[in-house]
Amino acid sequence: MAEVMERKGEVKALEGDMAVAEAMRQINPDVVAAYPVTPQTEIVMTFSGFVADGLVDTEFIPVESEHAAMSSCIGACSAGARAMSATCGPGLELMWENFWIASGLHCPIVMAVVNRALAAPLNILTDQTDMMASRDTGWLQIFAENHQEVYDNFIQAVRIAEHPDVMLPIMSGHAGFVLGHTLGRLEVLPDEVVKEFVGEYRPAHSLLDVDHPKTFGCYDDHHYYFEHRYREHVSMKNALRVIPEIGQEFGKISGRYYGLVEPYRLDDAELAIVIIGSGAGACREAVDEMREKGMKAGMLKVRCFRPFPADEIVKALKDKKAMATMDRAEIFGAEEGAGPLYTETCSAFFNRGILANIIDYVYGLGGRDTVPSEFCDIFHELSKIARIDEIKPPRIRFLSLRE
Amino acid sequence: MALPGWKQLVRGGLVLEPGNSVENKTGTWRYQRPIIDWGICTHCMLCWIYCPDSCFMVENSKLTGIDYDHCKGCGICAHECPVKAITLIDELEARKEEEK
Repeated sequence: MAEVMERKGEVKALEGDMAVAEAMRQINPDVVAAYPVTPQTEIVMTFSGFVADGLVDTEFIPVESEHAAMSSCIGACSAGARAMSATCGPGLELMWENFWIASGLHCPIVMAVVNRALAAPLNILTDQTDMMASRDTGWLQIFAENHQEVYDNFIQAVRIAEHPDVMLPIMSGHAGFVLGHTLGRLEVLPDEVVKEFVGEYRPAHSLLDVDHPKTFGCYDDHHYYFEHRYREHVSMKNALRVIPEIGQEFGKISGRYYGLVEPYRLDDAELAIVIIGSGAGACREAVDEMREKGMKAGMLKVRCFRPFPADEIVKALKDKKAMATMDRAEIFGAEEGAGPLYTETCSAFFNRGILANIIDYVYGLGGRDTVPSEFCDIFHELSKIARIDEIKPPRIRFLSLRE
Repeated sequence: MALPGWKQLVRGGLVLEPGNSVENKTGTWRYQRPIIDWGICTHCMLCWIYCPDSCFMVENSKLTGIDYDHCKGCGICAHECPVKAITLIDELEARKEEEK
């Protein structure tokens, strides 16, 4: 069928990292402070080129480390600037203590994360350990499946983070190399449309408002610290409402609507795979293949991990006979080595009094490819569980791990 | 005094009123109290210079007393006083005396 919908952007072939740089150029932030680290380097490299060519008004700070990058963003944001960064893997871990400061001060910093495994052993390829390890830092976290989502998520991230009911920093993640360094087709919106969508950042309080002097980041003792940190929880809760609202608004300018989760052939499905990020592409193919063979297979892609969309996940999956969560990260020492998506999904079901057949697959660590046939094998496994309505241990499995 | 709940507090713990540290009565931390022997004091003002909490009160170039609401009892003044006009006494004992 010919495209009936009017195309709202220009079709381009861009690498995922360049899609971030392109979105950043269109947003034209006040400050970008970043340090190059593989496989994120292309973002910094491309964007600093835009700065050198005078295409943006951004103050680009070539910092000496990621710790300094995040510190600079916090300072800039407190001064009233729209501040951004980009990082991945070990660079992200070096920012760690500052994540808590950024969220505690409610700095709506927008950061692209090109998901990379952590050393040792040294590995620069993709998995989600970097972002998952920082899931408790008070940052919002969204993940992209493909090049279009890399671009779309980054633009929406600005509006989500800066929403008055949220005001929290946000990580917009995409897979290193698989998305970051490969060319993909995407529609890039006109500059003025993006500019209008993100609007101007007008913080309620800023240090450069010299007529109203104030202090950021002062000592907060036991009488107040608890109440201030609780405010982050409230913002996170608000974000569950705000993220789909911004996703719908973005749909109006792009034709692409976003929520917290995205179902694929899930309505009448009996077996489901729950997955985050680029792996959803291969999983989608497996769903189609199993459907052709008559199996009622479906997929739930989790776009937003922080805040965790427990209601949406349970609502989408509660009538399924068996399901598998896919974790491209591990929580070492968790029961049987379960990943974060599994533990939080199970807790969401338990808290709603629903017993479900859920197994977990830790997969793709250190950039190992996961192909459609492996997802088909998982559907066959789920089919067995559904037939006997019982999970034979282990509940936590390590996909294609060699013994 | 009931402390404000999270709804009343400024997000992020920002301090929007400049100069409000005077409201924080750090004198309650003190376990030893500096007292001035006015017969010895020469009003040289070294205590006023050294005090980290600006607790020495001055009028017309003369020392007039110590702001005990904010003095933490660190003892730097007693240590620095060149004529030994400042001594540190036990805070709890001093309070007991006051209550008598």
